[in-house]
Amino acid sequence: MSQFAVPWREKPEPSHGFVSSFIVALAKGIYAIATPIVTRFPGSILLSAVVASCFLVWAHALLFSYVDTAVLERAAEVGAANPNAFGYFSPSTWGLPPSVIGTLLAGDAAVEGQSPGLLSYLLWPVQFGFTRDMIAFGAIFAWFNIVPVYVIWWERKVAGRIQSRLGPMRVGGWHGWAQSPADGIKLVLKEDFIPDAADSILFRAAPYFAIIPSALAFVALPFGVTYIFREVDVALVFILAMLGIEVMSVILGGWASNNKWSVYGGMREACQMVAYEIPMGMALLVPVVCVGSLSLKYIGEVQADGWFSWLAFRNPFAFVAFVTYFIASLASCKRAPFDLPEAESELVAGFLTEYSGFRWALFFFAEYAAMFVVGGLATIMFLGGWNSPIPSDWGAGLGESIWAKGLKGILFSGPIWFILKCVFFLFLQLWVRWTLPRIRLDQVLYACVQVLLPLTMVLLFGTTLWVWASESGNATWDVIASIVSKVLGIVGLAFGFGFVAIAGYGFYHRRRLVGNLVIDPLPGS
Amino acid sequence: MAETTFESTPDLLLDHDRVEQGDLQTEELLVNMGPQHPSTHGVLRIVLRTDGEMVLEAEPHIGYLHRCAEKIGESVQPYQYIPYTDRMDYIAGMNNNQAFAIAIERLCGVEVPERAKRIRVIMAELNRIASHLVALGTYGLDMGAFTPFTWCFREREMILDLFEAACGARLTYSYITVGGVHDDLPDGWVERCEEFLDFFEPKIVDYNNLLSFNHIFVKRTATVGVITAEDALAFGLTGAALRATGVRWDLRKVTPYDGYEDYDFDIPIGQDGGIDGVPRGVVTGDCWSRYYVRILEMTQSVRIMRQALKRLEEGPIEAKKVKGIKLPADEVYVEIENPRGQLGFYVQGDGSAIPARVKARGPSFCNLAITSHTCRDILLADVPAIIGSLDVVLGEVDR
Amino acid sequence: MIPEDICNLIKARFPDAIEATVLDAARPYVQIKAESLVEVATFLRDDPSLRFNLLRSISSIDLLADNKLACAYDMMHVPTENRGDLLTTTRSFALRVVTDRDDPVIPSLAGVWRAADWHEREAFDLMGIRFSDHPDLRRILCPDDWVGHPLRKDYEFPLEYHGIPATTEYGLTNPRH
Repeated sequence: MSQFAVPWREKPEPSHGFVSSFIVALAKGIYAIATPIVTRFPGSILLSAVVASCFLVWAHALLFSYVDTAVLERAAEVGAANPNAFGYFSPSTWGLPPSVIGTLLAGDAAVEGQSPGLLSYLLWPVQFGFTRDMIAFGAIFAWFNIVPVYVIWWERKVAGRIQSRLGPMRVGGWHGWAQSPADGIKLVLKEDFIPDAADSILFRAAPYFAIIPSALAFVALPFGVTYIFREVDVALVFILAMLGIEVMSVILGGWASNNKWSVYGGMREACQMVAYEIPMGMALLVPVVCVGSLSLKYIGEVQADGWFSWLAFRNPFAFVAFVTYFIASLASCKRAPFDLPEAESELVAGFLTEYSGFRWALFFFAEYAAMFVVGGLATIMFLGGWNSPIPSDWGAGLGESIWAKGLKGILFSGPIWFILKCVFFLFLQLWVRWTLPRIRLDQVLYACVQVLLPLTMVLLFGTTLWVWASESGNATWDVIASIVSKVLGIVGLAFGFGFVAIAGYGFYHRRRLVGNLVIDPLPGS
Repeated sequence: MAETTFESTPDLLLDHDRVEQGDLQTEELLVNMGPQHPSTHGVLRIVLRTDGEMVLEAEPHIGYLHRCAEKIGESVQPYQYIPYTDRMDYIAGMNNNQAFAIAIERLCGVEVPERAKRIRVIMAELNRIASHLVALGTYGLDMGAFTPFTWCFREREMILDLFEAACGARLTYSYITVGGVHDDLPDGWVERCEEFLDFFEPKIVDYNNLLSFNHIFVKRTATVGVITAEDALAFGLTGAALRATGVRWDLRKVTPYDGYEDYDFDIPIGQDGGIDGVPRGVVTGDCWSRYYVRILEMTQSVRIMRQALKRLEEGPIEAKKVKGIKLPADEVYVEIENPRGQLGFYVQGDGSAIPARVKARGPSFCNLAITSHTCRDILLADVPAIIGSLDVVLGEVDR
Repeated sequence: MIPEDICNLIKARFPDAIEATVLDAARPYVQIKAESLVEVATFLRDDPSLRFNLLRSISSIDLLADNKLACAYDMMHVPTENRGDLLTTTRSFALRVVTDRDDPVIPSLAGVWRAADWHEREAFDLMGIRFSDHPDLRRILCPDDWVGHPLRKDYEFPLEYHGIPATTEYGLTNPRH
């Protein structure tokens, strides 16, 4: 290259290490294959993705119910009191329980009405806790990665619509579907930059304090009755604890960055989190008092009787606690209008100021994953969890065949419902973020200490009285309670339909709201 | 913490008088807000002395964008200097062109044709709207609301389309020249402009619904950065910042230029909350008043433009023999109402075609001077609120 | 109130202050002595019939031919009584102070109008006029270690500043732009 070479015309091929080259080659390959397909058939791909995920869940339900039935009935056959003796759902016994396996492998029709035959060869690993753990781990890990990437893309599209623009449109073709993965690849390949004056060890450690707890929160988060990685009796407390650890990362990262703006961000986060943990936890205690359990699985199961059985409509206090919890969860996720720790217009980027590349990406992964988790908690605690609004006893006529179980697994409950409700909560968070200005620190603390905290105390006390009255067995009270519950349910329905109507109106008139002048620019210009 | 030295600000040294021995030790912190900071609207550097979240003292430092605009004015002819005025307040180029053109016209006694005056008024008011849209949008950004910004820029783009159709430029127009305007309006421009006004007026209601009357926004800006009328005048505040303190003062009414006396319009002022749709809690002269005066001014600009478009008649657009005109050995000081305040040009001629001295009195420069007075004992988040409500453009502050 | 009246008022109050008057020009002004500037300015601000409460601008002028520097003060009356009424009656006025070019000192008006603070800093920075009793006379637009005062007619641009070439046209010490 000559001395007068223009640097931006002759780009040397960037040299990377093996891993980077491999990631680039992989990304290029995927991009080359996926782009023409996605560009040509965007609608059908989206549709088939939805259908495929439904089918996957359904097949999963079918598979487990088949194996579980076989195992349970075989256990009854041999007279074992505890089916876990066969290694079912027990990670401690990874060995092969001889009796069940032997029976299944032999094709012995010991279980009446079932003929395992060839299928048992395919299905036999599924009965072991270890195998199921592996599957669940893969699923959680994939979900933990997919959620932030596509929520960020979706957020940018939603923000674009709210702001009369389009959002990402280029990368990958159809509505910029590859924008977020491309950004992720870029972030991974960026320079590993640590400021000279930063505390190197803490600076490196801080992102992991963010991402590990938010990943661990998925461990106890049930996506469905059987879709739990570990069923913890105090799952609610566990998840709250995990979300609470995240504040450590912000304080550490802010302090270790050795930047004054970062310190401000970290201190604000400390203030805000310590304050909002309390109303958030107390708002969650309201449904806990209603149900009498801290197990998320149990709380989900009691809401299986359709829309009016959901805990938000159980009593007026729970209804208000639902709103309270949503506000407090915004604050605990650092989402606008409570995004003070990274307030761009005040603190440059707050605790994230000095972070770049992969570490920055880790913080964002943690934040979006935590958004999903708090949305999931709201779903389970207030909005029926994985149950559909249709009461499950409507499916009694379907029978008990494997196929009927599969159908019920989609229609009345299942992860699809859970994920849909979480997506709704994510949308609410995005909607709020792109509409409201930011609150000042003193107002944040005022809202917590002076408003939310007394309010949640009253709610907790009120719901305790309500439950006490309900358990007293007074018939008049039961009638009143059921009427109140129905009214609340109808109010909730009205909110739901209003939401759908507003969103639909906006979507239908999305071009008219902007106006013709945007679409047809002046000829002279 | 890294050692930071401030040789240029010896008055801001740390003092530990407030810290009591035996108590938990806290330190006051000197923080550089800027020159690269998202909410200083350019390369403004403010040194903050903070105690936790409290800002005890704020000292603005300017000059990062100084381009010797006044020195250049002493070496070029006035018509050549018009493009430099664009670069001063780059958000409101038309108004800057107008101010300098009027100064030279007064100095040389040039009579501007009627049509040129109308076009000047239309352009100046369009640019006032565009500038206020930037002010509102970026103020929303300062408050953490992103959407008003894009909404405002959506409408501003349409104004820039109109400007582009008229003069070919979208930011630095150089359209209003000494003795008139540079080019006549293209065919269909007037209809298109009226179409825009019809589209734009209802959008002001949208901004109000989205941002102005938003509860959080009102809480963030009401009673923050209150400036009294006396303080405002003492510090030389003009424009929306002065009108927000309750003084009904606008050079378009007081000393009309370019035929502003022909138009019927009001001068909005700031007022206490509770009446006329102003939310409760708002105090005259606070950030919300300054913000809302701009919103009301946009409505008045639309009113003026409708009248001007109606009265637009055919005719010449430029006075004869303006290029290379000799400036008499006299001096003139002319102020016009810029979107940010009173933009003044002091021009001194010496008989040649090149001015002996050009001095620009930037409204942003004078408005910014009050920050160190106002930003005392407030919260950190209020600093962007106050700076943003003053609506400074650093290109004009530094010239 | 026409400029003659204002001039007469000043004459009546401060007989020795006025050095020259230019009253029939496009911008009428009164040239006054530097030592009586503060009293005249305070009088203009406080006199009930004048009340020039808005200092619009301070323009520094280089009178190279006379070996002098000058400051031009533009002021205006903004009525603050009857707030809310449309105020169309106004008066404006201008002062000029001429000082020696080699030792340019003018008393500061920052105590009269606080707006003068930054205007005077700017005049000090760009023209080199020192304002006595100014609370904080520092450079405002140029860097603190800049040499010379750029708006003077005989100012020569430095060739470089901290290793940064300061002229766009090499070889020209006085570039046109």
